Amino acid sequence: MNLPKLKINISCLKALFTQKTFYTSLTSKNLICLILSLIAMGTLSGCKPVQKITHNAITYCSESSPAFFNPQLDTSSTTADASAHQIYDRLLEFNPENGKIEPGLASSWLVSNDGLIYTFQLRRNVKFHKTDYFTPNRNFNADDVIFSINRWRLPSHPFHNVNGGSYPYFASLNLSETIKEVKRINGYRIEISLFKPDSSFLANLATDFSVILSAEYADYLLEKGQPSKLDVQPIGTGPYKFVYYQQNQYIRYERHAEYFLPIKGSEHLIFDITTKSSLRMAKLITGECDAVAFPSQNDLAVIADREDLTLLEKPGLNIGFWAFNTSKAPFNNPKVRRALSLAVDKTSILDAIYLGQAIRAKNIVPSASWAYQTNTKELGYNPVRARELLDEAGVPYNFTMDIWAMPVQRAYNPNAAKMAELIQQYLKDVGITANIVSYDWAIFRENLTAGMHDSVLIGWNADNGDPDNFYRPLLTCDAIPSGTNRAMWCNRDYDKIIIQALSTDNFEQRKALYHQANTLLFQEMPIMPIAHAYQYQAVRSNIQGLDINSFGGIRFDDVVKTP
Amino acid sequence: MIKLLIRYFNLMVITIFALIVLSFLLPYLFPGDLLTNVSGIVPQSELQREALAKAYRLDQSYFSQFQLYLSNLFSGNWGVSSVSQLDLLEEIKRAFPATLELVIYALLVATFVGIPVGFISGLKHHNPADFSVVTFSIVGYSFPVFWLALLFITIFCLQLQWLPISGRVDLLYEVQHQTGFVIIDIWLSGLDNTKDAYLNALRHAILPTLSIAVVTTALFIRFTRRSTMDVMEKGYIIAAKSRGFTQRQIFFKHGFKNALIPILPILALQISTLITNAMIVENIFSWPGIGYWLIQAIYQQDYPAIRAGMLVVALFVLTLTITIEFITRALDPTKEETARAAV
Repeated sequence: MNLPKLKINISCLKALFTQKTFYTSLTSKNLICLILSLIAMGTLSGCKPVQKITHNAITYCSESSPAFFNPQLDTSSTTADASAHQIYDRLLEFNPENGKIEPGLASSWLVSNDGLIYTFQLRRNVKFHKTDYFTPNRNFNADDVIFSINRWRLPSHPFHNVNGGSYPYFASLNLSETIKEVKRINGYRIEISLFKPDSSFLANLATDFSVILSAEYADYLLEKGQPSKLDVQPIGTGPYKFVYYQQNQYIRYERHAEYFLPIKGSEHLIFDITTKSSLRMAKLITGECDAVAFPSQNDLAVIADREDLTLLEKPGLNIGFWAFNTSKAPFNNPKVRRALSLAVDKTSILDAIYLGQAIRAKNIVPSASWAYQTNTKELGYNPVRARELLDEAGVPYNFTMDIWAMPVQRAYNPNAAKMAELIQQYLKDVGITANIVSYDWAIFRENLTAGMHDSVLIGWNADNGDPDNFYRPLLTCDAIPSGTNRAMWCNRDYDKIIIQALSTDNFEQRKALYHQANTLLFQEMPIMPIAHAYQYQAVRSNIQGLDINSFGGIRFDDVVKTP
Repeated sequence: MIKLLIRYFNLMVITIFALIVLSFLLPYLFPGDLLTNVSGIVPQSELQREALAKAYRLDQSYFSQFQLYLSNLFSGNWGVSSVSQLDLLEEIKRAFPATLELVIYALLVATFVGIPVGFISGLKHHNPADFSVVTFSIVGYSFPVFWLALLFITIFCLQLQWLPISGRVDLLYEVQHQTGFVIIDIWLSGLDNTKDAYLNALRHAILPTLSIAVVTTALFIRFTRRSTMDVMEKGYIIAAKSRGFTQRQIFFKHGFKNALIPILPILALQISTLITNAMIVENIFSWPGIGYWLIQAIYQQDYPAIRAGMLVVALFVLTLTITIEFITRALDPTKEETARAAV
């Protein structure tokens, strides 16, 4: 509101109220002036620019509510973002720059020559969170590691069935069958022995899901008869401790003052749960958010243009794909799956949905991975051949199928609903009617795991740099019940190749095996690979230290806000 | 008088009963598993399914189920949300005050802007100022609330960056939920920077309040203006004029009260329109009220929540309307039921 106008308003108001005869003196000029004044009063209080009370707090606008505060129980990146690097630590960590494995809660480790025994030396003087609901009496030690691993590994463990008892990441890799024993050598030394060598084992211990919980807290909860609180009111060793969570609204964290590493992060951390990407963007502009999850592709140019916003960008270790439910007819026929893939022009999807912010996917690993195959074969766009294949497979004209479109944005699929519409058009050309189906994210994944879909547009974000992290959880038989194998595809030959690739440390050998798997996938086409997307994160320009974590959840331990 | 009370009481009880029956029937009409619709729990095993079916008397007659529903309703056992598994009564207690708060803000704005402007316009009717007020009120009344809210966001939040878009108070202030009214909660939270928090809450409230207040203010202006015009043409006003009273004396002694009496109940009835509008605007400004909560429940197909939310909103509007009707009739028994002020 500019000042001169306000002065006029005030003077005319004065004139208004000093009149002896109140309403008789009302002229149209006076009346307009009164209304103007009232409007001015209404808006005046909002004239100051947006200010934050404290620069010691970071507000991150996340895209959805986490299922739990424990990533062991859920592979969704929302859950990992909310807990993995805020509340917890792992035995090992990935270096965010190069993906190499570094010490976490384990200060050093030793692998036996046969690759079967792993010994970890644990860090001393690591303190668990002290909160309103729990005060730890001891530091982190070997018992916590044993508790955290045995919880998902042993069905007889008192906490195994708490909060659903499903550990999708570990189940998809069949890790509980790989580990023979977790043994305490002394308070700060632990030995894990395996049944068979697993070249991705260390990488798996460094993923978001291998968090270390507090055994003391678990005992305390068991005594109180509230074991389910373990994953809802979490206690960990991480840089932030949990304060409060209001579903669908916000999560509040506070810095863990006794964290074992020096960190620069702010005193308070808030996740403001904002499901609509347009609203997240708006809140970023007004300064209500300091950083936002998954900026929409349409907004990227706007963010890059504005001086007060910064766009972070990184080629992602991810894959967006169209999975066919191979447990259902006619999708159990590879011919039908190949036909559907042939019917769709990927180039237009890349242009229209990813707006060119992605690389065309030929097989399931992106070029950033060492297992990437340059000379891989790919099905092109050929609707005539598609129709021929459909006829051969006996799929009639006007066959109706469902395309499930994931309801949330992910880097690997920024707009599944729009993508589904595009595919719908292409399928029409080959005589297939497609219905688009969508549910709330939690229900969506539940129904997918139950295999209720015909086909689904979804994807996968890698949790570690190992190619096994794509091949195994996405398409092996063990990954069906755990709900990461969206194609419900079980092929013994494929499983054999993938398991063989794990038993060796020789890169060239593994590479050759993965190329073999690619050929098999090309023939069987359980999923149609679409794109490897760039990952984006939008932050306000006064935020420093926030990087895109290619290997999982977002981390705030070194994020600072300058005034 | 007592007859009137009984009549209104009966009306209320019967309507409430009809509402409860309707809400009881909803889960049977919703698609999906009846047991989940009723209980909000997705049974994990056959054992649990049987136990739940028994607990909700699904094996017994509809009448027996209805009895159970009634007793649960009155004992505060409203079941859980099928999505979040949170207690529905608690959730509604959390959300509903926020809506009321917004309605109260808007009502205050409408009263303190709409009524004075209506009076002035009515007293000086048919001059350019009056025409502009009438124009404003027609435009304001015709504005779709959600569009106005979006317009406000575009101008004041995104372009000018004066005001925040979402919520009731910045999350940086650790305001604990106690009463559900943010103004009281800030006070009870005992923050170091209570004053900042109040200012912040005010900044959050401005746009949602204005968005819904515009329509109501426009209505208030039109009712008041019309009523003032009618009253000022009455015989006793002309008589007073002829006795040589000043315009000012006439208006405050005779005009003011007489103009207000017929319209007050109509204005009070606008509260239910305000609630409806508030529920729409809440979604745009992420105001954590009952409208926002219900829309989320609808998106997530959370049938138990939809049922409980619908019941609460309907009950509130119903009780409010009947109470206002009753008070009006009790205060002015001569008034015909059909008598209404003209717009």
